[in-house]
Amino acid sequence: MFTVLRCVIYRDLLLATRRWADVLTALVFFVIVVSLFPLGVGPEPNLLRTIAPGVIWVAALLASMLSLTRIFAADYADGTLEQMLLSTAPLGMIVAAKVIAHWLVTGLLVVLIAPLLALQFDLPQQLLATLTLSLLLGTPVLSMIGAIGAALTLGLRGGGALLSLLVLPLYVPVLIIGAGAVDMAAAGLGTEAHFLLLAALLVVAAAFAPWAAAAALRISAE
Amino acid sequence: MRGRRRLFGGLNFTLRDGDLLRVTGANGSGKTSLLRILCGLLSPVCGMVRWGGGDIRSLREEYWRQLLYIGHAHAVKGELTALENLLVTCTLVGVNVSRGQALEALSRLGLAGYEALPVKILSRGQQRRVALARLFLSEKIPLWILDEPFDALDAGAVDCVRLLIAQHLSRGAAVVLTTHQEIRIDNPQVQYINIVS
Repeated sequence: MFTVLRCVIYRDLLLATRRWADVLTALVFFVIVVSLFPLGVGPEPNLLRTIAPGVIWVAALLASMLSLTRIFAADYADGTLEQMLLSTAPLGMIVAAKVIAHWLVTGLLVVLIAPLLALQFDLPQQLLATLTLSLLLGTPVLSMIGAIGAALTLGLRGGGALLSLLVLPLYVPVLIIGAGAVDMAAAGLGTEAHFLLLAALLVVAAAFAPWAAAAALRISAE
Repeated sequence: MRGRRRLFGGLNFTLRDGDLLRVTGANGSGKTSLLRILCGLLSPVCGMVRWGGGDIRSLREEYWRQLLYIGHAHAVKGELTALENLLVTCTLVGVNVSRGQALEALSRLGLAGYEALPVKILSRGQQRRVALARLFLSEKIPLWILDEPFDALDAGAVDCVRLLIAQHLSRGAAVVLTTHQEIRIDNPQVQYINIVS
């Protein structure tokens, strides 16, 4: 069973390295959106410091959503999804593997580059760690919720727009708690509550999202 | 049923060990839908598919363990090499194969020398062969369901696959296939379903 998990993660990472343009699109989008704000808002350090967590979190959320349709679309088109549905391993496990691979090539890269971009906003150094940790806990949740949406809208015309409508409202709690953690730290308050909530969201999503997405896939693939 | 159109109904058949079932019919008559129903990928509006007496919808993984399905979309990734494709698909469906076995299967279908090339640069027929190489590694699977297996293959490859199917049937397994070509498979137990729309 875990052989299948490993195999699917390996395969998706291999595909990502051979289609690196797709991976770069989401990352470049993230970098550009975040960089446009200081240019548009103007060089007022206090203002930039205030908006930094929100801007970076919103950009991370949009970057994650940009790449969601890719999770299942290619496998659906070339018939690999049918083989996954007929696999002897639980479908939820395969979906989990695909979500992990998706997070590794989008979420993780966003997490790694975010502290660098935060410097443009003159975010104090002690807040960089808080921001990174909040993204590290939050972006996997985005990938998991997104996978449910991607599975539900698979094969639909105009699925992309519908996907955003479905998924964005569900992203809101993650956004509020994630960006809130950095705001709390900036105000000198404790951030444990926010991190615990993010961790709880992560655990709940990890437990339920793969199975929900698997059920949605069975319906979409009929 | 597809949308509001009724494709076929009143279909009733039993497949025994060593049976070959050929599904024929015009384009769009519902051959692929029938095969997908047999696999459990599509639910019939009414009726059921049984395997060894049990409903496949409750057997699920137990049934899929004994089933090989190669669809019209043949689950081959253009960016991966032929060998990677074969190994990944086999792992996915729960067939354990070694690298050596996979290489041998590919070479038996005339793909020796192409194993390390990305499949997207191969021809359509060669891509089909990559998908069909799974057949060499699935001798223990008692039910093969093949959608247009001879599509895009040249005469040599058709012979090879034909022979492979005949061998599999003689081992006592069952094979369901759709085809437009007139291909003779030497087997006494043949059933035909012709879907007329």
